[in-house]
Amino acid sequence: MKLLTAFLIGLIFGTGILIAGMGNPAKVLNFFDIAGTWDPSLIFVMGGALAVTIPGYLLVLGRPKPLFENGFQLPATKLIDKRLVLGSLTFGVGWGIAGFCPGGALPAMGTGRTEVLLFGVALIAGLLLARLLNRAITRPAGAARTA
Amino acid sequence: MITEFTPLTSAFGGALVGLSAVLLMALHGRILGATGIVGGLMRFDNASDWALRAALLLGMLAAPTALLLVTGTGPTIDIPVSTPAILLSGVIVGFGTFFGGGCTSGHGICGNARFSRRSITATISFMVGAFVTVFVIRHVIGA
Repeated sequence: MKLLTAFLIGLIFGTGILIAGMGNPAKVLNFFDIAGTWDPSLIFVMGGALAVTIPGYLLVLGRPKPLFENGFQLPATKLIDKRLVLGSLTFGVGWGIAGFCPGGALPAMGTGRTEVLLFGVALIAGLLLARLLNRAITRPAGAARTA
Repeated sequence: MITEFTPLTSAFGGALVGLSAVLLMALHGRILGATGIVGGLMRFDNASDWALRAALLLGMLAAPTALLLVTGTGPTIDIPVSTPAILLSGVIVGFGTFFGGGCTSGHGICGNARFSRRSITATISFMVGAFVTVFVIRHVIGA
């Protein structure tokens, strides 16, 4: 049951991403190209998402616990440091190069398109590289984990 | 390459993304972050967590087929950059999201929806990174 609901949640996420245009690099890159072929659609993606998530979270997080688990797993760290800012800036640079963010690429990978799959492989390589570097420079991993 | 401005379709797609984030929190008590899903699948210390992430990923991968079956047309995916650029981008995105602790979904939607100052900071940072990069590539270098 837990896996079925997770599958369906992934399906809703993926379908939403593709309908929104977040899985389409041409559209994503145009959002960032205000000085050129600007397409402001992505503001509406974030707007639509937050319009549902803000009240939805208020409702859900007001409950004692989620349906299938004993508690909510929310990021513990509140730290705003160089790691957060430089990491996110770096992510932005990568996002601006090809127009794929992880959430946009995963559903798009379902098309089996070679370029998208290559992005996925490179994404994993980058993550593993960062994990190795992190292990080399620090003992405890300070990064908050998400789902 | 010009793309069509699609405020309604994009807002609808965004609302579905929001719905999926709310459902994951309501049922499984978790933040929906694509980076966390990929990163978590590269870690094998907890079998039930791994299975949950695999199920989420499989659902995402099924989305293009579902869209094709329901609407009759698959997703539009136009990639206006070269393969080396895609590879370089993937590595940088993987690297950055690891240290940034999340991406557009985890920080940009889930974190911002909780008004997390960390996520708001991350969102501003990756948006600035992307705006500057696209400007430099398209209008300074002129690629």
